[in-house]
Amino acid sequence: MRQVPAKVVVLGGGVGGTLVANLLAKALGREGRVTVVDPTGMHHYQPGYLYVALGQANGRWLVRDERTLLRREVDLAVERATKIEPDAGLVHLERGGKLEYDYLVLATGARLVPDLVPGLREGSYEFYSLEGAQRLREALRRFRGGRLLVGIAGVPYKCPPAPVEFVFMVEEYLRRRGIRERSHITLLSPLNRAFTIESASKVIQPIMEQRGIELVTFFNVEEVDPSAGTVSSLEGEKLEYDLLVLVPPHRGQDVIVDSGLGDPAGWLPTDRYTLQVEGHDRIFAIGDATNLPISKSGSTAHFEAPVVASRIASLVRGTAPNENYGGRVMCFLETGNRKATVLRFDYEHPPAPPQPNLIWHSAKWLFNRLYWETVPQGRLPEKMPMPIPTGRSES
Amino acid sequence: MATVNIDRSIDARGMPCPGPLMSLIGAIREGEVGNVIEVLSSDEGSKTDIPAWVAKAGHELVEVVPEDGYTRFVVKKVR
Repeated sequence: MRQVPAKVVVLGGGVGGTLVANLLAKALGREGRVTVVDPTGMHHYQPGYLYVALGQANGRWLVRDERTLLRREVDLAVERATKIEPDAGLVHLERGGKLEYDYLVLATGARLVPDLVPGLREGSYEFYSLEGAQRLREALRRFRGGRLLVGIAGVPYKCPPAPVEFVFMVEEYLRRRGIRERSHITLLSPLNRAFTIESASKVIQPIMEQRGIELVTFFNVEEVDPSAGTVSSLEGEKLEYDLLVLVPPHRGQDVIVDSGLGDPAGWLPTDRYTLQVEGHDRIFAIGDATNLPISKSGSTAHFEAPVVASRIASLVRGTAPNENYGGRVMCFLETGNRKATVLRFDYEHPPAPPQPNLIWHSAKWLFNRLYWETVPQGRLPEKMPMPIPTGRSES
Repeated sequence: MATVNIDRSIDARGMPCPGPLMSLIGAIREGEVGNVIEVLSSDEGSKTDIPAWVAKAGHELVEVVPEDGYTRFVVKKVR
């Protein structure tokens, strides 16, 4: 038993930061002291923004006080971290304070940087922030038909299925409002298919065709001209729109860049198995903040957190860490009309998504409802049963 | 073998799809007209994705060279 409790600092109170803090506090007991630092102290359930934009949920359901999600013994500092000094084991805070750490977890997420694309802020809507989703909801209410373009203004971005889900759900929304016939929906993809993962595109694209949703491939957004109502691509195309929805470019947080820990875009070079930040044995990274070639999503952070908690607990106790992250991710993908599919994959196994059905749609809704009482506290089994995809489609 | 001068080389070996293509797109975005960019990719999808993107974006695919365990793509930014 340690004489002095190990000091663990977690930057970021999103799904990854909250879960890792709760798991560590439980695992370490008196052997550790865990502090979460978060600039707002408010926890957002970000998958819900999509429903806000489409008028299916209100913002209140999506936000809770971070304090209510943390175990009592976890400290919460509602402050912005401004700099990390890895050699000294110190985190500097905006109001002048400092926190010492023995182990640091960077769960700082991604930030939206709309100004990287000229005209994007003035000319388009988004559903990647609560305010953005609320503005889009109002714009959709005012929409009377016309050209609705949905695109991605930078890779990587959070929740890769979200733009595809949005086009399917907005198609259903416009039908319900009786203005589908007067509307033309287009998905602008930066790749030569609808979705990053080929097996998922094979399920998605035929449904898009059935539903009359146009797909424009290799459209990497370069510029928006709000006065002309056009969006241009790096590939040289220019398209007219009446309503434009773009996923804004994402970057890592300033504290990562200012501390010299990130790559040029601010993502943390992270070991894909141990989740240690490269070159820093006492610093771990999870969730959207890493440079790992997997989805930036809450699901990724959810599966990474137990690995980081277990590895830090072992290091505190002086035993060899033996848990590795295998790249596990599980994402639902709504296709509208009360149907959804699911993408389950890891580093070695690409997903084999089933044909969309009511069961996966219901599972997503159940997960949305259960999130607050289960995920942040680690009440869902840490080794959630997830059959490895077999390569066969299920129905 | 190529006689062109390479202005920028991107080693995207080990990077899964769409990493190599997105790295090329980033380099084209940042580069000057006339720059020649080389991408090394071990991802099978690159063999179709990269030539298709270069054709759509109106650049020049200078050469595609199969190497041991990866492919070397040489692309010239022409506009």
